[in-house]
Amino acid sequence: MRAQLMHRERDFDMEDPLPPNADALIQDLDLTTLFAAMAAGDNFLLDVAKHAVLGSLTDGDDIRYRQDVLRDCIRNPSVVKEIYAITVQAIETERQIYRSVFFRSPNAILRRGVDAMQALLGMLARLRRVADEQLERFCSEGFIELFGTLGKEVDDTFFVAAEDHLTRLGFRDGVLISARLDVGNKGAGYILRRPLDTRRGLVARLSDLVSDPFTLRISDRDESGARTLADLRERGIDLVADALEQSVDHVLGFFNVLRSEVGFYVGCLNLHARMAERSVPTCFPVPAARGETKLSAKCLYDTCLALRMDDRVTSNDIAADRKLLVVITGANQGGKSTTLRSLGLAQLMMQCGMFVSAEALTANVCDRLFTHFKREEDATMESGKLDEELSRMSDIAAQLTPNSILLCNESFAATNEREGSEIARQVLRALIEAGVKVYFVTHLFDLADGLYRERLSEALFLRAGRQADGRRTFRMVEGEPLPTSFGEDLYKQVFTHSFLPDR
Amino acid sequence: MPFSSILFIDSADLDAAADAPEPAFFHDLNLDRLIESVTRGREQYNLKPLFYARLTSLAAIAYRHDVLRDLGQQELVDNLRVFAKAMQSMRDNLGRAQKLHYRRQKERWRLDAVGTYCRGVAGLLQALNEAMLESRGFLDLRDYLTHYTSSSGFTSMFEDTQGVQDGVSRIAYCLHIKGNRIKVSRYDGEPDYSRDVQDTFRRFRQRPTRSSRASFSTSDSMDHVEAGILDIVARLYPETFSALDRHCERYPRFADDTIIRFDREIQFYLAYLEFVARASSTGLLFCYPKVSADDKKVRACETFDIALADKLSSEPVSVVTNDFSLEGPERILVVSGPNQGGKTTLARTFGQLHYLASIGCLVPGREARLLLCDELFTHFEREENLGDLTGKLQDELVRTHDILERATSSSVIIINEIFTSATLRDALVLGTEVIERLIRLDALCVCVTFVDELASLGPATVSVVSTVDPADPAVRTYKLVRKPADGLAYAAAIAEKYGLTYERLKDRVRS
Repeated sequence: MRAQLMHRERDFDMEDPLPPNADALIQDLDLTTLFAAMAAGDNFLLDVAKHAVLGSLTDGDDIRYRQDVLRDCIRNPSVVKEIYAITVQAIETERQIYRSVFFRSPNAILRRGVDAMQALLGMLARLRRVADEQLERFCSEGFIELFGTLGKEVDDTFFVAAEDHLTRLGFRDGVLISARLDVGNKGAGYILRRPLDTRRGLVARLSDLVSDPFTLRISDRDESGARTLADLRERGIDLVADALEQSVDHVLGFFNVLRSEVGFYVGCLNLHARMAERSVPTCFPVPAARGETKLSAKCLYDTCLALRMDDRVTSNDIAADRKLLVVITGANQGGKSTTLRSLGLAQLMMQCGMFVSAEALTANVCDRLFTHFKREEDATMESGKLDEELSRMSDIAAQLTPNSILLCNESFAATNEREGSEIARQVLRALIEAGVKVYFVTHLFDLADGLYRERLSEALFLRAGRQADGRRTFRMVEGEPLPTSFGEDLYKQVFTHSFLPDR
Repeated sequence: MPFSSILFIDSADLDAAADAPEPAFFHDLNLDRLIESVTRGREQYNLKPLFYARLTSLAAIAYRHDVLRDLGQQELVDNLRVFAKAMQSMRDNLGRAQKLHYRRQKERWRLDAVGTYCRGVAGLLQALNEAMLESRGFLDLRDYLTHYTSSSGFTSMFEDTQGVQDGVSRIAYCLHIKGNRIKVSRYDGEPDYSRDVQDTFRRFRQRPTRSSRASFSTSDSMDHVEAGILDIVARLYPETFSALDRHCERYPRFADDTIIRFDREIQFYLAYLEFVARASSTGLLFCYPKVSADDKKVRACETFDIALADKLSSEPVSVVTNDFSLEGPERILVVSGPNQGGKTTLARTFGQLHYLASIGCLVPGREARLLLCDELFTHFEREENLGDLTGKLQDELVRTHDILERATSSSVIIINEIFTSATLRDALVLGTEVIERLIRLDALCVCVTFVDELASLGPATVSVVSTVDPADPAVRTYKLVRKPADGLAYAAAIAEKYGLTYERLKDRVRS
């Protein structure tokens, strides 16, 4: 039984490894802020958000499948939250039933299993009821499948059979065990048997007879005999105790999967509510096929910046269809990094099936997303810095595929401009020819200018806007790179407010 | 001749091996450690005496070489291990039968012992039939087994045993435990209830879950409850259990002595071959030596100290191989050169090779030609400190004299660091005396010494020198080469390194 809310064909597995560059993505795109908004204080949801967002889907159909489920959730938030609450309660209740770590006797395991299963059956019944009652209000494939599965597999027949097992496992009529003779004629291969109904009464009656030549009676004073008897009984129920314990684990496993799958959508609902509070737009993006090289966005903004700032956030329209290289230049503090992050976030959010922070967005699905950002904290050792940068780039190169996206923020700035530019030129040429999409924020004028003059059809040049008086617009405009990065402006702005006279 | 032993063709050799003591030279040549390592894990076979006993004829050595060549077939070796395991298990079973208390238990262990023995022997014959055999040892064994296994005694025992074993293994019974009573009945197809439970909940299965079966104490013995149950089972299946009773009366002694001896003796080869395989995995070579009874032109290529190789196998250093040879009138290798350069190792290697050749084993090296010596003598410096040097020198002289008294022209003598406690002059005089006596004796000898002059006492002596890396004299190569002994060469090299040679020092003083 599967929850089927995250994938058509398989479970959402939080054990799946995160991409090797997960930490870089989290740091560079400020994903912690995103995850926290989705979790809304629930640590489990935080983990789910992390795995879902970083475990990108790479197929448009899979993305649309989740988008449909999410639309259902946005329409029925309370039902979704109730399902989540049931899973949480089921897991909590089971966990609170005492499980001894030290006395793992089959008998103890069996009794604990009976109690745990009894509790889980109750939760399953509640889940069934929600499914029956709310079925009509959901129209996504994912929810229809989930509710259908519950109706079919957790039906009345199942409940009857399950209750019957729990009763039988009380062993009111004793325990029937089969065995064979192992080496040395010792009994072995003990298996608990269900008595054949026709003989049940007979066996019970015969064993009452003390004189029955096929019955062994342990006298009350025979302590070692009683121990052997208990041991045989334990051996007999060992398999079934294990089977029941595993069954509990199975049911629990289902609740766990359902919890994490519904959990993702609860996280999306949390984020959605935050965005609505801030009255910033969200939309379901249109995923274009891999290899189509598409990117067009209307009012794209940085989700995490919107979550952190009270002010209005600036948005950008971007038209970069058929562009493999987007070079972003311009003033410091002009919104270049924010733009870069908004592109990365939108890509990740789209590829986990979520809405994105824009009024409209179409982008092709990529295999993997990479970030290569300047690391401020590495500014200590000048000589090691370029080494470090190049080594990170080399790690990325080892994982890149043609349909990947690379976000570069001030890469190769750890050395002088000529060297940095030359390295960057060679890297960029190689990547673009391979079909990797690169968004490149840079101060390297030599590089940007050189690229611009090549008039590459697959390159787009954006510049952080600046008004005539030097004030930033934080908007990106298409345009050729300019020789300075307006650090002067920033210098002025900062110093104007302190002691330098504004000339 | 009917088969009797896979190790020996001379009954005298066989008898000598029965209680052979550890040879005197074993410790000096580190062979005690080697044989300890070779036989480790096979203590039950008491193999050491088999390694202590040297063979006295070339034919006996060839007999073993041929067996070893047949054992180059991995499948045969694997099958022999299976056979060994069967014999082991048979002994274990009999041991239990002896130890246990309840009759029906003893009988079953015995039954299984006989079954294991029969299958083991039949399997051995099949393995031999499938193998490409060329050695007389294995061919004779095969004939022996063919005859033995087709005897009516064996065939009827085998069939009878299998019949009873089948009967017992088919027994299935049920225990109905309620309160303090156990009712025992024949198993009647009652369904597995654990499956029912699993089936009901399988629909929730997400992935394989960890099974955590309880672990129960396992003991061979039974208590009165188990024995009581077994007695009832016997009443439920009376024919099977009376057949078991009869079986035990019928075959009081079932194992064949020759086969039992083979089981022990083949371990000699398996143990040694396993050791060779371990050593070979690091790139070292082993070969069948050409062994002669009288030709004293001995040589070995790329050979090494087998005990040292074993010791180093757990460390990340490789073993340095060396060559040695004695041609024409040459009889004595006189080894000199820088300390820690592998001199003693070469001396040991020479002795080890002659020992290994004499027990019919593969020897370290790419190729080797060796003498079947009548005796191996070693003279190594005693570790214990005798306090006064006079006493020590005296002890050395006594021991040397003893060797010279007993050695013959067919002996191999290893002398390591002779007369180190004497003054150089005394060492030269005494050493020369000893070497000249060895030359007259015409025995094969390795003599490690710090006295250069001993290396050039005539055509019988060959000088071998341990060497250093010319680029860095502090680095030993552990390579020993034939060249005139020259203690000054090393001194010059090390002086050069520290800039203390005549020219360098002159230059430095000048500037």
